[in-house]
Amino acid sequence: MPQKILSTENVTVDFDGFKAIQNLNFSMNAGELRFLIGPNGAGKTTLLDIICGRVRPTQGKAYFKGNINLGRMQEHRIAQLGIGRKFQAPSVFASLTVLDNLELAMQGRRGVFSSLRARLNSDEQDRIMQCLQTIRLEERANELAGALSHGEKQWLEIGMLLMQEPELLLLDEPAAGMTDRETEQMGELLHTLTDKSILIVEHDMEFVRTFARTVTVMHEGNILREGTMDEVQNDPKVAEVYLGRRVADVA
Amino acid sequence: MNSDAFISNLFNSLSLGSILLLIALGLAITFGLMRVINMAHGEFIMAGAYVAYVTQNLFHRLPAQFFGWFLIVALPCAFLVTAVMGWLLEMTVIRRLYGRPLDTLLATWGVSIMLQQLARSIFGSMGVNVETPAWLDGHWQMGHLAVPYNRVFIMVVALVCLAGMYLFLYYSHTGRRIQAVMQNRDMAACLGISTRKIDALAFAVGSGLAGIAGCALTLLSSIDSNLGTKYIVDSFMVVVLGGVGRLIGTVAGAIGMGALNTGWEYETTASLGKVLTFVCVMLFLQWKPMGMFTTRTRALD
Amino acid sequence: MNDATVVGTPLVAAPERTQARTINKAQWIMGALLVLALLLAPFVLSDFRLSLLARFLCYAILALGLDLIWGYTGILSLGHGVYFGLGAYCMAMHLKLEATKGQMPDFMAWSGVDKMPWFWQPFRFAWFAIPAAIIVPTVLAAILGYCTFRSRIKGVFFSILSQALSIVVVTLFVGQQGYTGGTNGMTNYKTLFGYDLNSISTQHFFYWFTALALVGVYLLSRWLVAGRLGKILIAIRDGENRVRYTGYDPVMYKVFIYALSASLAGLAGILFVLQVGLITPTEMDIVHSIKMVLWVALGGRATLTGAVLGAVLVNAAENALSENYPAIWSFLMGGLFLVSVLFLPQGLMGWFNTLPATIRAKRAKKSEPRGWTSHASRNPGSQHDAAAARDTTDAAENPVY
Repeated sequence: MPQKILSTENVTVDFDGFKAIQNLNFSMNAGELRFLIGPNGAGKTTLLDIICGRVRPTQGKAYFKGNINLGRMQEHRIAQLGIGRKFQAPSVFASLTVLDNLELAMQGRRGVFSSLRARLNSDEQDRIMQCLQTIRLEERANELAGALSHGEKQWLEIGMLLMQEPELLLLDEPAAGMTDRETEQMGELLHTLTDKSILIVEHDMEFVRTFARTVTVMHEGNILREGTMDEVQNDPKVAEVYLGRRVADVA
Repeated sequence: MNSDAFISNLFNSLSLGSILLLIALGLAITFGLMRVINMAHGEFIMAGAYVAYVTQNLFHRLPAQFFGWFLIVALPCAFLVTAVMGWLLEMTVIRRLYGRPLDTLLATWGVSIMLQQLARSIFGSMGVNVETPAWLDGHWQMGHLAVPYNRVFIMVVALVCLAGMYLFLYYSHTGRRIQAVMQNRDMAACLGISTRKIDALAFAVGSGLAGIAGCALTLLSSIDSNLGTKYIVDSFMVVVLGGVGRLIGTVAGAIGMGALNTGWEYETTASLGKVLTFVCVMLFLQWKPMGMFTTRTRALD
Repeated sequence: MNDATVVGTPLVAAPERTQARTINKAQWIMGALLVLALLLAPFVLSDFRLSLLARFLCYAILALGLDLIWGYTGILSLGHGVYFGLGAYCMAMHLKLEATKGQMPDFMAWSGVDKMPWFWQPFRFAWFAIPAAIIVPTVLAAILGYCTFRSRIKGVFFSILSQALSIVVVTLFVGQQGYTGGTNGMTNYKTLFGYDLNSISTQHFFYWFTALALVGVYLLSRWLVAGRLGKILIAIRDGENRVRYTGYDPVMYKVFIYALSASLAGLAGILFVLQVGLITPTEMDIVHSIKMVLWVALGGRATLTGAVLGAVLVNAAENALSENYPAIWSFLMGGLFLVSVLFLPQGLMGWFNTLPATIRAKRAKKSEPRGWTSHASRNPGSQHDAAAARDTTDAAENPVY
């Protein structure tokens, strides 16, 4: 049985009476590419928030690699463990250049005093240049990140995430604001990252259909269905709460 | 602390608390709801006090039997004058700085320096006094404790303002619009509320409350251009301690600051009391960084 | 170094790196000339003017520290006068004791203190007093910074607390007259290491020492902000929570830079006392503390040259005006706050830096209308992009509130 990279045990998140997540038992294996879908307010983003430490579970525990309890850990510690997060709205450091953004994200020592001495060596420079190529921002390397377009910022943030070299990537709507071509490139990129575990929240069903292997459907703070895209699509419950209603709305 | 000392400390705490509450009520709107740091709030207090002074001087020209009324007349006048000042400040400066809270702080500090200088240029740098009307001169003797009328009057004014603000914010049409804009600006705008007007209005009301506070303060001390500076930082601490966004927090913060200041001053000296109060607030914020009362919402917004 | 726009302000983006590099050479020459001028000043200026300049240079050292924390890291401290004052008082205590030959200073007796308090004792030794003048503010800042930053108190909340710190410390120093000299502070020093403080040669020495300290602090700051640490500080200003999810602990960085800037304030305080010969609680109060912010704001936040320039210019203006026309100075100072925030959010340095681009744009417009396109492509900081930059800054913070 493959190792579990992530698992939650009876996690509940209570925002002043509103239960964003109820008694959730979620798990995924190392190396998996998992899509998380569900209607608005299903608790998808909250689940990502719990994993990266932004939201503390009211009850229950979340484990990384089976035995590392994420519940009490500070956000930067979680990031250092190897969990990277991309937020829904692109968040890059607007007054630093694209290059600097990548440099800061690069895997390495994070202490104050190591940052004093840090200078880029040629190997690190190569890695940054390689990353720039992957995200197709070579031309704009010396521009301020704030001057990039929405889509470019999304790419930059993906690039920063790659530089962090996390074992687990949490992506919140990575394809939002991208052209069809870019969306496709994003999907292809995700499939090349076979050594990483990836958890993606996505609303773009086209994107999910094309690239998903395993899908988890969330509804009202819990898991409704888990399986391949075909299984999920043919499930009547899913159709009712999510796909069905959507189709009905459109019709 | 024996029981007499305890009661007198309790009264002093409530008295200081009511003064801080009166000042912080205005901040509860401008800072608590609008998230604007208005360093000139202290100078609005000063302006309110000078309005009381001017009103008093005008009443001196009237027949003597009317003189006692000047304070009652001064309160709404002070409210109006400082509300207009606040409205002007919002229209000219603050409006251009929404989303830049630290810059707002600096700009309003600049305004505060200019207003102080303006006061010195008009009224001179020496302090002026407002006479206490005859009906507020005196005290009740309760056992060993003397309860001065003027302190009770300030408490009453604070309570009336608190009640008024509560009704205004939660029950009046305008108050609800203000709440709507502060909670979800875009949504409110979509519903056809003019957010610009609401901003200006809310700021004017908050500033007007500073005027009332200034009026009330004339009962306790003489007025000079530094009047506002003495209270402003403590009042901001009230809002920080109480928590932003809810009136109950402001009330609790004001009473808390009043009690801490009075208690430590009684136990030690005035200057050490200040230090210990500050340390207490810092320690409290370690435990509850957002203050006593917070509006916890879904963090996703 | 100047390629940082301030969060949330619609500003012209910085020149590209290649451009910056060509400017660098000119900058170094300018810098070298300025340093030379500073060092030669004692031979040109009268003793009175030299003492003024010396004071401004002390303030400039402090302004550099304030710029590191506010301009680069985005933390507005309104209590930096306290750290300046603590440094100055530590030095003053030693000077006082050297003047009385280790006996109890006169002001203590006036206030009814009959025995020199224990915490005054070690200040008889310069080897204790001078390091203490740096360590005391640094440690206080580290403790307060850790407490506030750890509980994620930031923005205006931090500013209010720092202002409260200033009030508290001033009240304490005024109130504890027997130990601090009260409102009058401490003055009447005679010697340091046996050298007469009032002699011209000693004062010249202190002036040179201050000028060199300023240059040293400037270079240190420049080194700090040019390296990765500087980038992290700017990143914290842009989006502190994003920094967290990137794996850095912003608390430690903020504590470090806050403590460093407090130690620079302490250093400025030492040099101030040696040359001005007086320290009073007024130097620590909120008015003075917020004035320090004006120096940086007007000179140009997040530019080190701007901080120095602002400190010298504002103080020169204050010195020229405040004594004879106090009312005009008050109005002017208030106005400077407004102007620097509303119209010059990047300060004078930002204005200088965008000047060539503005002139170029104007010329291009005059000669041929098409010039606009070439200008826009060369300079990424057209208005549209700057607006976009502001949007993301907000977006960067938004997901985390």
